[in-house]
Amino acid sequence: MLKSIKLRAFFIVLFLVISVIYCLPNIIEPTGAWKKYLPSDKIHLGLDLKGGMHLLLELDTTKMLENMVNRKFDALKDSMIRDGIRFLGLDKKENSLFIIIRAEQKDKLYNLIGKEFSDMKAGTTKVDGENLTIEFLLSEKELSNIKENAVHQALETIRNRIDQFGVSEPVIVRQGENQILVQLPGIKDPQRALELIGRTAQLEFKLVDEENAVRYTGGIPPEGDEVLTMKTKNKETGISTTTQILLKKQSLLTGELLTDARVKIGGEFGGESYVAIEFNSEGARLFDKVTAENVGKRIAIILDNTVYSAPVVKERISGGKASISGSFTMDEAKDLAIVLRAGALPAPVKVVQNITIGPSLGQDSIRKGVQAAILGAILVVAFMFFYYRYSGIVANIALFLNLLYLLGAFTALKATMTLPGIAGIILTMGMGVDSNVLIFERIREELRLGKTVRAAVEGGYEKAWVTIFDSHITTLITTFILFIFGTGPIKGFAVTLSIGVIVNLFTAVLGSKTIFDWILGKYKPRSLSI
Amino acid sequence: MKFIEITKKTNIDFIGLRNKAFVLSLALVLLGLFSFIMIVVGKANESVDFTGGTQLQVKFEDQVAIGDLRKVLTDGGIGDVQIQQVSGTKEFFIKTKLSDTEKEKIQDKLSALLSKEFQGKKFQILGSNMVGSTVGKTLKRNAAIAVIVSMLCIIVYIAWRFTFIFGVAATIATFHDVLALLGVFYILNMEMNILFITALLTIAGYSLTDTVVVFDRIRENMPKMKSKTDFGDTINRSINEVLSRTLITSLTTLLAIGAILFLGGQVLFDFSFALFIGVLIGTYSSIFVASPIIYVWKKKLR
Repeated sequence: MLKSIKLRAFFIVLFLVISVIYCLPNIIEPTGAWKKYLPSDKIHLGLDLKGGMHLLLELDTTKMLENMVNRKFDALKDSMIRDGIRFLGLDKKENSLFIIIRAEQKDKLYNLIGKEFSDMKAGTTKVDGENLTIEFLLSEKELSNIKENAVHQALETIRNRIDQFGVSEPVIVRQGENQILVQLPGIKDPQRALELIGRTAQLEFKLVDEENAVRYTGGIPPEGDEVLTMKTKNKETGISTTTQILLKKQSLLTGELLTDARVKIGGEFGGESYVAIEFNSEGARLFDKVTAENVGKRIAIILDNTVYSAPVVKERISGGKASISGSFTMDEAKDLAIVLRAGALPAPVKVVQNITIGPSLGQDSIRKGVQAAILGAILVVAFMFFYYRYSGIVANIALFLNLLYLLGAFTALKATMTLPGIAGIILTMGMGVDSNVLIFERIREELRLGKTVRAAVEGGYEKAWVTIFDSHITTLITTFILFIFGTGPIKGFAVTLSIGVIVNLFTAVLGSKTIFDWILGKYKPRSLSI
Repeated sequence: MKFIEITKKTNIDFIGLRNKAFVLSLALVLLGLFSFIMIVVGKANESVDFTGGTQLQVKFEDQVAIGDLRKVLTDGGIGDVQIQQVSGTKEFFIKTKLSDTEKEKIQDKLSALLSKEFQGKKFQILGSNMVGSTVGKTLKRNAAIAVIVSMLCIIVYIAWRFTFIFGVAATIATFHDVLALLGVFYILNMEMNILFITALLTIAGYSLTDTVVVFDRIRENMPKMKSKTDFGDTINRSINEVLSRTLITSLTTLLAIGAILFLGGQVLFDFSFALFIGVLIGTYSSIFVASPIIYVWKKKLR
């Protein structure tokens, strides 16, 4: 333990100054030259205390069903060709497929459907001479299943993205049939949050069709091809331009096979930030195959139907690692990595409602709660003074230091304050009072044994310290685990409590002890007001 | 030297009272376990955070105080509401646990209630929608894992600093408190929401601290024991020695929580009530449950 009072006092004051500096923006807005040197972050308040951004998103399930039917259409076509079922026509509607076949092929077709497309159900059959037009519907149960799964998947994906974006204490809830309600507290850049949440994040790799590109000058693209927009940014001027690019329609690889995506800077892209991605084993195998087959050709990297880059494959790439560059800003690259990691939304979403709402506790409750908490604090402070006399004042100073340190650390760490967090503060304050009570009761015991004031104080601190240490460490263990496994409010509680416990340990050793040592050294009292 | 003292030097035989305490604690724990089962099967009074419900959007033409609105709804039988005001407007989002049934629609019920209670104030219900629960299955599962893992770690830590028996006893006492609080809330049919979960965790922390303080004194006094048979006396002495600290700490904590309980308003009442009861139970258990368990256990071993 530190012996010099001056050194201890220095640390106490140093931390005090740092805490006050961090707390300052909560009280006054720094102006002028100060703005540059002082921190500007206020304590972030959670949804329950401050309200925030309220977004209602709607999942476009029609679009999703359309994709679903398209996929079935392609799959059925392939299967029929494979099994040698000759068909005269194939068509699709909202949620059904129409197949025109010769009557004698009917059994074979039904057999195939039953075996490989069990989620389809035969509907009406129209007879036209030798030909049959059979409608196959996606079953009702399957339809609702698909919709249901899509909403759940979207919820998970959005939750992942917001977690990684770093918003603490969001509310993400399903509403109605295909809507998702998202509430975000204290967002500084709502537009960025909106883009992050709303992006479908469908990642695809497609081959650039260079052969046809020479002849293609616009209009309808050749069979099996599509035209997409490519964004490029001039490195010197920073101006973005868009160009059209002709691609093979078929995806070589999609984002489902990704396992990781991270922002990196430098490497072959100079000082640019780029996103390094990693595939799972299946993705790695496919990527290896695709790059081996297409050396010298360009592969376009596409996110939500926009081409980000279309680099030439220089050599076969094994090991399942690739990168996406596109002259991003750091934030853009970060967000891109987040959406890639969190996975794609099963269907596009549109924002139905985007408003700012008040706190979920209600302004009235918060006001009452704050008043009550202040009164509670006054009662505790008064009791400590009444019961321990002048030593009580020392304890109260320590308590005040505790609170300031806690708030300073809280602001510096950019944690979000919520009601559970305040419960954490109450518990810490309780433990802070408890530490002093433990010490004082020990000092009293020592005094009763007839020790001198100095010996009693030393002995009291020494003996109480063991207890304080054990009780704080056990609490710290709990909070640490709550932090790892907890989400939302539980995590907020854990953060406050763990900061509080550490601060408490510091003030318990240095805070009141230093004041006692100083008084004892200066006035050498024969008795102690405790 | 004179001190103001809450208790003079006491000499209470806590170990002698253990059987009475165990009966009470057993009852509390059984009640808690029963409540826990009721929560798992969904028969407890869980809040909209867990169950989901209906979200309504109401637009008033005149200004309405959020407190009045809450009171009208609660008195009118639309319980467990979360009201949020759209910033800068007279629009409110009202979330309630109730959902539409065949007999009545929430929207109609709200409409009837508002026109009766807010006569002369024009309003419009802009929409009504079913909402899911905020506390998803993963959150529940994670919380459960967190509690179990942290309890195991506590046992390991206390076993290292004290002995294994102390670790297990501290964990049992902590669970005892959490279950007892659960039971009290269930019996009183009070609502269990996210804040209640936080209260449970807070109480677990408080109770653990309390228990460790007593254990620490027992550890300190154990070398002074003359024979192995007076272990009970050592425990009694230790609890008596820290009794004033236990009472003062509980008192100061109750003062702070009491202020919120009586003046904090309706929304914070359940939360502060849980903390208040929890502190009482936590204090009781550190005296009458944790240490007597060690006594009984050690006696069995001999």
